[in-house]
Amino acid sequence: MRALFLAVLLACFGLQTHADTVAQIANAHAADLAKPSRQTIGPVIADLAASGDPMAAKLLEAWGNKALGQRKSDKAFFVLAPDAAGYALTDLTGADAGTAPKAEITELKPNAGVRGLIASALVQFTLSDPDPQRRAQALDSIAQDPKAESLAPLRASVQTETDPQLKAQKQRLERLLILRFDPDPAARVAAIASFGADLGLDLRGALNPLLATTLVASAGDASQLNIARTLHPGHDLAAADAYDLLVTAGAAPARLTHEAQKKALAAHIVDGKVGTVPVADLTDQSARDRAYTDLEAAGTVPTAATDDEVAAAIAAHQFYEVYAEPNRSVTTAAQAALAKISLAVGAMQVADLTLDGLSLAAIYFLAAIGLAITFGVMGVINMAHGEFITMGAYTGYVVQQIVPGYTASLVVAFPLAFALTFAAGVALERLVIRHLYKRPLETLLATFGISIALQQLFKNIFGTQARPLTSPPWLDGALTFNDVLSISYIRIAIFALALMFLAFFLYLMKRTRLGLEVRAVTQNPAMAASMGINPDRINMLTFGLGSGIAGIAGVAIGLFAKVTSELGTDYIVQSFMTVVVGGVGNIWGALAGATMIGGLQKAIEWLNPSNTLAAQTYMILFIILFIQFRPRGIIALKGRAAGD
Amino acid sequence: MKLSRRMLLATGVAAFAAPLLTRPVFASEDTIKIGVLHSLSGTMAISETTLKDTMLMLIDAQNAKGGVLGKKLEAVVVDPASDWPLFAEKARELLTVDKVAVMFGCWTSVSRKSVLPVIEELNGLLFYPVQYEGEESSKNVFYTGAAPNQQAIPATDYYLNELGIQKFALLGTDYVYPRTTNNILEAYLISKGIAKEDIFVNYTPFGHSDWSKIVSDVVALGADGKKVGVLSTINGDANIGFYKELAAAGVKADTLPVCAFSVGEEELSGLDTSNLVGHLAAWNYFESADVPENKAWIDQWHAYTKNDKRTTNDPMEAHYIGFNMWVNAVTAAGTVDVDAVSDAMIGQKFPNLTGTVAEMLPNHHLTKPVLIGEIRADGQFDIISQTEPVPGDAWTDYLPESAVLESDWKDLKCGMYNKETKTCVQLTSNY
Amino acid sequence: MTHPFDQIPARSSGSKHSGGAGSGPRILATRRLSRLPSTFWVLAVLVILSVAVTLLSPAFGLGEMSTSFVKTLGKTLCLCLAALAMDIVWGYTGILSLGHMAFFALGGYMIGQWLMYARTEEIVVQALSSAPIPATATEVAQGVATQIFGVVGGSDMPWIWGFAYSLPLQLALVVAVPGLLALVFGWLAFRSRVTGVYLSILTQAMTLALSLYLFQNDSGLRGNNGLSGLQNVPGLGAVTQDVLSIWFFWASALALALAYLGLTWIISGKFGSVLRAIRDDEARVRFLGYPVEVYKLFVFTLTAVICALAGALYYPQAGIINPAELAPIASIYLAVWVAIGGRGRLYGAVIGAAFVSLLSSWFTGGRAPAVPLGFYTIDWVDWWQVLLGLSFVAVTLLAPKGIGGLFDRALGLHTPNRKGAPLGPAEGALQEQEAVE
Repeated sequence: MRALFLAVLLACFGLQTHADTVAQIANAHAADLAKPSRQTIGPVIADLAASGDPMAAKLLEAWGNKALGQRKSDKAFFVLAPDAAGYALTDLTGADAGTAPKAEITELKPNAGVRGLIASALVQFTLSDPDPQRRAQALDSIAQDPKAESLAPLRASVQTETDPQLKAQKQRLERLLILRFDPDPAARVAAIASFGADLGLDLRGALNPLLATTLVASAGDASQLNIARTLHPGHDLAAADAYDLLVTAGAAPARLTHEAQKKALAAHIVDGKVGTVPVADLTDQSARDRAYTDLEAAGTVPTAATDDEVAAAIAAHQFYEVYAEPNRSVTTAAQAALAKISLAVGAMQVADLTLDGLSLAAIYFLAAIGLAITFGVMGVINMAHGEFITMGAYTGYVVQQIVPGYTASLVVAFPLAFALTFAAGVALERLVIRHLYKRPLETLLATFGISIALQQLFKNIFGTQARPLTSPPWLDGALTFNDVLSISYIRIAIFALALMFLAFFLYLMKRTRLGLEVRAVTQNPAMAASMGINPDRINMLTFGLGSGIAGIAGVAIGLFAKVTSELGTDYIVQSFMTVVVGGVGNIWGALAGATMIGGLQKAIEWLNPSNTLAAQTYMILFIILFIQFRPRGIIALKGRAAGD
Repeated sequence: MKLSRRMLLATGVAAFAAPLLTRPVFASEDTIKIGVLHSLSGTMAISETTLKDTMLMLIDAQNAKGGVLGKKLEAVVVDPASDWPLFAEKARELLTVDKVAVMFGCWTSVSRKSVLPVIEELNGLLFYPVQYEGEESSKNVFYTGAAPNQQAIPATDYYLNELGIQKFALLGTDYVYPRTTNNILEAYLISKGIAKEDIFVNYTPFGHSDWSKIVSDVVALGADGKKVGVLSTINGDANIGFYKELAAAGVKADTLPVCAFSVGEEELSGLDTSNLVGHLAAWNYFESADVPENKAWIDQWHAYTKNDKRTTNDPMEAHYIGFNMWVNAVTAAGTVDVDAVSDAMIGQKFPNLTGTVAEMLPNHHLTKPVLIGEIRADGQFDIISQTEPVPGDAWTDYLPESAVLESDWKDLKCGMYNKETKTCVQLTSNY
Repeated sequence: MTHPFDQIPARSSGSKHSGGAGSGPRILATRRLSRLPSTFWVLAVLVILSVAVTLLSPAFGLGEMSTSFVKTLGKTLCLCLAALAMDIVWGYTGILSLGHMAFFALGGYMIGQWLMYARTEEIVVQALSSAPIPATATEVAQGVATQIFGVVGGSDMPWIWGFAYSLPLQLALVVAVPGLLALVFGWLAFRSRVTGVYLSILTQAMTLALSLYLFQNDSGLRGNNGLSGLQNVPGLGAVTQDVLSIWFFWASALALALAYLGLTWIISGKFGSVLRAIRDDEARVRFLGYPVEVYKLFVFTLTAVICALAGALYYPQAGIINPAELAPIASIYLAVWVAIGGRGRLYGAVIGAAFVSLLSSWFTGGRAPAVPLGFYTIDWVDWWQVLLGLSFVAVTLLAPKGIGGLFDRALGLHTPNRKGAPLGPAEGALQEQEAVE
C-alpha cells in the first residue's frame, strides 16, 4: 500500500518537476531536507531522483552518508568532504565552493528510516553501476524493502550482470520478488517450488506473510474466503474471546464488567439503598448482582447481556482463520514449502544449540581448568581464583593500551598474563596457602580475604568502569553455515584454546617429570619427599601453573565479555561446581563437568526462552541433586588416589 | 591477676560504649550540608561514582561563586555500597545525624524504594537523577531523570514512524525498570495496532554474559518477513557482552536496529564501537550536543577530573539541572527548609545542556527533550532526532490502573490522585 | 558485696556438693551454664548495653544517640545471633556452611510478607472507604495485590502470599520454611556423606540457586525489588520510628540473650561433647555408635531456625529485603565474623559479628578520616575492603583463635600442650580450659 502510494507520488511529481534542477528542489524543500522524517520526505526524494539532474545521485548519496551540510549563514546546501580547514564544499551544481571551518556548517544527519528511502531511490542509479560494491548495496536495499516496482529494473539488470556472485544474488532476489508480487499465480507457485528446503531467512520472510491470517466471525456464507482453518468456540477458541470478537465487530452488545456494574450502582444510590439493597450490604458480589437486577427491572440501567444471550450469539456465528492472500494455490504451495523448511530449520536449531552449549562448555572449562589444578589436584580451595582471571583480563587491557595493533598486543598479552598470574599464584602459595595445607576450610577464608582485597584493588587502580579489550579483526564476525546455524569466531577461538589447554595439561601431567612429581606429591607427600622430590617446590610450581592458566583464560574471556573488577566473581562459583560435578582430581572430570553444565544450561534456556535467570536456577538445583547421587562427581577417582 | 581482669573488663566496656556515647560532630553551623548518596563500592559503583564526582564538582563550583544564602555548601559523601538496606540506613543517618538539607543520589528503583519510607517519614528531600519506570510521585523526591514517556515511548514512536518497525523484541535485565517499562511499551504497541505475537520479551540476569542464544533468537524473529527492532532495557555491564555478540553475529543497524535506554557514552567506553555504528540510544542528553552550555560543561568536567577522556552522560545532566534548580529554589525561598524549598522548586526553570529549558512540573518531574542518537565509531552519538521538551508523566496513560491517576503537588497536594473518583488515593508512596 | 566474677567458680564448686542431694535439674542446668563463665559476662554486657542505649535514645532518654544508630545496634545484635548459630554449626560441629545467611534472609522474607501485606491492606481499606459503594473482600485483595505488585509490573497475588494476611501463620512460616529447607537439604547432604569443602560448596550453590530464583521478577516475592517499607509496622502507625527502633533493639537483645543461654546449655552437656567430637574426628564418633548424621542434621536445622528468627528481627529494622541479601558472599561474611571473633566459643562469634559489622558501618559511612601520604591520600571508602580482606588473611594465619584468643592471652589461658595429632580443624575450641577455670 505504502509502496503503491510512493509510486503514484513518484509518477506525478516526476512529471511536474522534471525540469527542475537538484539545487532548485533542494532549496524549495530546505526545511524538510534539514530535518527529514520518513513520513514526509518521500516525495522530495522521489523528486530529486526523478529530476534527471546528474547531481541527483551525488546529492542523495552524500545525504545518505551524512556528508551533506548546510551553511549556517545562508542556509545553502553543500556536499562535504573532510579537509584540514574543516570541510571542502561542493555546491549543488557540482562546482567547487571552497572550504569552510566546521563551526560554520551544520551537518545533516538523516535517520536510518530516511536513509533507507534514499537508498531505495538510489537503486535505479546503482543497480547497474560499474562499481560492484554499489550494486551490492542496491541489492541490499531492495532486499530490505521489497517492492513490486523493483521487480522490473532488477530483471533488466540480471542480464547485464557480470559478477557471478552478484548475478546469483540478483537471481535469488528476483525469484523472491516474483514469489510475492508477480501477477501470475502460476509463476509465484513455480518460484516457491524453486527454492525447496532453503534455510534463508529472506525466503521465510517472503513466505510467512503469504500465510498471515486474521480471525473472522461470519454469520453467513464464507465460501469466497481463503480459509486456513475453522475454529470451534470452546475448543480451540475461548468462548470469551469469540464473544469479544463479535463485540468488536459490532455484532453483539458488550458484557457488563464488575467495574461498570459498580459505577452504575454508585450512580443510583437512593436513600442509602440501591434498588432494594442497602449500600452497606454491597460488600459481596451476589448482593451487587441483586441490586443491579433491581435497577434493570426498574429500567434505570440498560440490560446487560446474560450468559444465555452470549451463548446464542456465539452459536449463531462461525469463526475462521482467513488468509490475507486470496489465491489458494499460492497459500497451499507456501504452506508445503514452509513445512519442509521448518523441519530443516528445526534440525539446524538443534545443531546451533549444540554449538552454543559446546561454546559455553569451553568457556566454563577454560575458567575452571586452573581450578582443576589447584583445587582438583592439590585440594587447595582458592577463592581468589576468579581474581586471577580478572588479573589476566586487565593485563590484556593494559597491553592493548601500550602495544599498537590488536593482534600484536594479544601475542604479548597471553604470555605476560601467564607470567603475572603465575607470579601472583606463587606469592600467594608461599605467603599464605603453604601455612594452611592442614586446614583446608581456613584456606577458603584466607583466600576469600585475598579475593575481596584484590577486587577492591582493581577498582582503585582501574576504576569501576568496564575497560575495553578488543579482539583482533580476524576474530570478528561469525562462521555462518546458513541463516540458522552460525557461531562467532571468537567462540571458536576459545574452544580451540580450551582444547589446547586440555592437551597441554594431559601432556604435562602424564609425560613430563614435573607432572610425575606433582602426582607423586599429591598422592603421598612424605613418600615423594623421601624419593628426593621437594614437595615445597612442587606445590609452589603447581599452584603457580594453575594460577597462570587462569590468567590466560582471563584474556580470552575478556575478549568476548566485559572487563570489570567483577569479571572473576561471575565465574568462581560456576568453576567450583564444574570441578566438583566433574570429579575432583581428574582433568577429564572437569571437561565432563563443563560439558554437562554448559549443555544443560543451554537446554534449559531452550525450554524456557523468555527467562534466562530461571535456567541458571534450575541448573544449580540440578547440580545439587546430582551431587547427592554422585558425591564424587561424574568421573570419580578410585582407590588410593581418591584420598580420604 | 584479678586486677588485670577487672581492668580488662572496664576498658572493654568503655571501648564498646565509647562510640555510642560520642556523636560525631562535624562542621560548624555556617555551612549548608548536602548528602551525596551514591554507591562507591559494589556492583552499582560502576555508574554511581561518576555521579558522586559530578556532585562534588557542582558543589565546588557553587562554593566558588559564593555558596548559597551566604553560606558555603558542604558535601557529605556516604557509601551505601550497592546494598539496598544500607541506602535506607545511610539516608536516615544523613537526615538525622548530619542534618543535610538535601540529598542527591540513588541509582535503580530498588535503592530509591529503599530510601523512600525514610525520607517520607523524616521529611527529607531527594533528587533522583536516573531514568526510571514512573508509577511513583513522592512529595519528597524530585525526579530529574526521564519518565517512560520521555524516553521509551518516543523511542518506540521513532521505531514505528521513522523506521517502520513491525515486530518488537523487548530485551531487558530482570528487574523493575525493564519489567514496568516493557509492560507499558507492550500496552502502547498493542494500542498502536501491533499484535501481541509480534512482541518478543526476554529477561536476563544482571551481568549476563552469554548472549549467543538470545541474539540468534532475535535474528530468527525476522523469519515472518516483518521488520524487527530491538528495544533494550539491558542494564549495566551486561550490555558489553550483548553488543559484542551483536557485532560478532553481524547484526547491522539497517536490518535489525537496537535502541537502548540504559546505554550511554560511559557504557560504550568499555567497547569497540566500530561494529555497532548506527545502533541507537534514546536519552535526554548526549555528550555530542552542539550547544555552548554543553561545551562549557564538558570542559569543566575534564578540568575537574584532570582527564580529557572522561565522558559525560545523561544522569550527570540530570544532577546538573537538579542541583542548579535546588540552588535557585533555596535562593528564592530564602531558607533550606524542605517544605519551602519543595514549593519553590515547582515551576523552576533552568537551561539544560541541549539548548532548551527544563522546567520542574507540579508532579516533581522535569520537562525534557527526547534525543535519539546513532552510535558512531568513536563511541559518541550522532543526534538524529530531538523533540521539544516533553513534560514528564508520573503515571503512565497506557496501563489501565495508572491511567486514572495523576500527581500534582501544587494544587491537589497529592502524588496519587484518582481523577475518576476525585480522591487522593494515598499521600505516601508505594514501596 | 562479692564481685560477680568470683561467684562463678564458687557456685560451680557449690553445686558439686549439692548435686548429689538430687535437688533437681535446675541445679544441673545452672552447673552446666556455670561451666562457661563467659555467659555471665555476655549477658551482663547485653544488659548494660540495653540500659545504656535506652538512656541515650531519642525515645526514652537523652537523645544523645541517633535513631539510625539504635537501628544499627539492633541489627548488629541480630547479626550476632546469626553468628552464634554459625559458631555452633561450624565452630562446634565443624560443618562450614556457606548458606546460613540464606536461612536468615528467608526468615526476613517470611515476616516481610506479613508486614507488607498488612500495611498495604490498611492503606487500601482506607482508600476504598471513601468510595460510595463499600468494597468487597475480593476488591480489597485485588487492591492489595495491585499495590504490592504494581510496583514490579504485575497485579496478581501469587499463591505464596496465601498466609500473608495473618501474623501468627506467617510467624509459623518464619520457623517452618527455613527449617524445612534446612532439614531436606541437610538430610540429602549428610545422607550421602558430603563433608568438608564439598559441603561448603554445596551450601554455597544452594544459596546461589535461591538468590537467583528470588531475583526473578516472577518469583512471587517481587524479584530484585524485594519487600520494602518493612520498618513501618502495621497497626503501629502512630508509633514513631524512634520508639519502634528501641522496641526492636530490646527484642533483639532479648533474643540474643535467650539464644546464648540456650546454646550454652546445649553445648556444655553431653550433646555438645558429641558435636565437638564429630568436628574433631567424625569417623571415630560414628564407630563409637553415635548416629552422626542425626546429630549433624539436628544442629544444621536448629541453627537454620535460629538464623531465620534473627532475620525476622533484622529486616523490620533494615526496612528492605531483597535477593542480594542472600548472595553467597553474605554467608561467607558470616563465617568470617565467626573466624575473626574466634571459633568454638560463643562469645567469640558475638564479638566478631559486632566488631566487624560496626567497623564496616563506620568505614563506609565516610566518617573515617582520610590518611594523607603526600603522594597519595588513602580514602577509607576505597581502601576499607582491602584492609578487611587482608585482615582475614592475617587472622587465619597469625591468630587462628581470633579476637577470643586475645582474651585467652590476657586471662592467661593457653592451649593445652598435647602430644600427638593436632587439635583438629578448629584449634580455637577451649571448652575444657574454660571449664577448669
